[in-house]
Amino acid sequence: MSEQPIIKVQDLYKTYRAGDVDVHALQGANLEVEKGEFVSVVGASGSGKSTLFNVLGALTSPTSGTVSIAGNNLESLSGPQRAALRKRTVGFVFQKYNLLPTLTAEDNIRIVQYIGGRGTNFSPAFVEILDILGITDRMKHKPRALSGGQQQRVAIARALVNEPAILLADEPTGNLDSQNTKAVLDLLKKLNRDLGQTILMITHDQEAAAYGSRTIRMRDGQILD
Amino acid sequence: MINKLVLSNLAHRPVRTILSVLAIAVEVTMILTLVGVSYGTLDGTARRARGVGADIMIRPKGSAAIGLSTAPIPDLLLGVVAQQPHVALATGTAIQPLSGFDSITGLDLDTFSRMSGGFHYLQGGPFQTDQDMLVDEYYAREKGLHVGDKVQLVSRTWNIAGIFESGKLARICVRLPVLQELMVSPHKLSQIFVKADSQEHVQQVLEELRAKLPGYPIYTVEEFTSLLSINSVGLLRSFIGVVIGVAVTVGFIVVFMAMYTAVLERTREIGILKAVGASSGFILNLLLRETILLSLLGALAGILLTYVTQWLMQYAVPASLTQETVYAWWPIAGAIAVGGALLGVIVPAVRAVKQDATEALSYE
Repeated sequence: MSEQPIIKVQDLYKTYRAGDVDVHALQGANLEVEKGEFVSVVGASGSGKSTLFNVLGALTSPTSGTVSIAGNNLESLSGPQRAALRKRTVGFVFQKYNLLPTLTAEDNIRIVQYIGGRGTNFSPAFVEILDILGITDRMKHKPRALSGGQQQRVAIARALVNEPAILLADEPTGNLDSQNTKAVLDLLKKLNRDLGQTILMITHDQEAAAYGSRTIRMRDGQILD
Repeated sequence: MINKLVLSNLAHRPVRTILSVLAIAVEVTMILTLVGVSYGTLDGTARRARGVGADIMIRPKGSAAIGLSTAPIPDLLLGVVAQQPHVALATGTAIQPLSGFDSITGLDLDTFSRMSGGFHYLQGGPFQTDQDMLVDEYYAREKGLHVGDKVQLVSRTWNIAGIFESGKLARICVRLPVLQELMVSPHKLSQIFVKADSQEHVQQVLEELRAKLPGYPIYTVEEFTSLLSINSVGLLRSFIGVVIGVAVTVGFIVVFMAMYTAVLERTREIGILKAVGASSGFILNLLLRETILLSLLGALAGILLTYVTQWLMQYAVPASLTQETVYAWWPIAGAIAVGGALLGVIVPAVRAVKQDATEALSYE
């Protein structure tokens, strides 16, 4: 690979306080992800997967170490620069979908496009993505009128609307039944294969992890392989 | 798009939105009603003073232009005034304050009628006996009075002899000597009205009276009515200031509570917005727009409510309280509502902006 890795993590530590206890969530993690990869990160609860997700998504700062996302060194970014990175470079898919309950599916996507400074009209390319996700007929519904699988598809669409370099997914099938789990994972694989979307997916499910082109394991805040 | 989010947020919690709007509306109504009643009362007084048909008014020594005086002017003065050059007519009245905003006025109906053109009676007619009382249409409506009814006032039973069209001097009138006797102020007057023989001589009469009666506040009726403003009445101005202070505090508390709860309830949603890249400015903008919209809706509802209070006063106490619609105060009351609301949103907004995205996203 001649290009720089799109994600580069070196000697990453993250310690946070939970009550009176210091939790050492990340303890010297190292990771490189190339552009266009679909990487699954697996590990038991408490292994540091979600903390890694939050650090890579610039949602929280590392205690030490370096993190480069699409050429941006996170440690040197200010709060507004981190927000800018989240709206343009990274798209998030959460286990609990995290759609805004007051807006329709369509507006949940449009508001993110608006925040990203790209207006509110969907591009033809994005309309194709909506077709792939199979949610075009559910766009006028509010999240409470959608099934879990449909909500997660809307969340994926929302994550992609600003054409992020990286899609970060934290247990995207954790709340879904097996049928919807398969459908969502197939979609992620299709997005990666057909559109070259870089995806880093956190999961504790080995079957789900198998959809990735590479699986890395975490234990005690470290990446094992 | 942000407006859509604001509207959907407000629509998503209709009870809280309606309660917040209503609370702000009450704040605005409180201000507009007080101002409206103040203007209504002062303008009503001015209108009735003009209705007397006099050019000049003489008030008791040491009295302010506004405020009820009893009867400290010796009625001998009336003769002195009437003898002045270019004075066509002079008449004196005595005023006895009653409870609330009411007062009873003693007058010499003959000279008063010559000066003012007389009352226009809607029912009955002038005094026939010392027990007779005349009331204006609003007082009659408020108290449900008709000609021939008996009324107990200032420890005496009166007979309603006539109901007259409002707009001249007073709402309740009795014969002057009768009231003077009841007030234990025989031969004393509360004010003297003077009519000049022509408009060109009004200023001359005024100056001569001022020279002749040092210490007595003497005004042209135009001067007197121009003094009937909120700014001339220190107590009223202070009272309105206090009410505005209370209103701002109410608005502050209401919006503080509403937005604090909203921010708390929407912790996760704010976390989502932050996660997708919304800046602190965006979050602040969202909350400010919500607050401004709430307060503008509240102000609008408050303005509409003032028509309800106006109708209620017109219906229930038309003589005691008159509420005017003071359009000039609409933007002021609106600004006060928005100002109080913006004060109220500061703390919740700071809390929202400072919220950690990861903690907010895990908030249940």
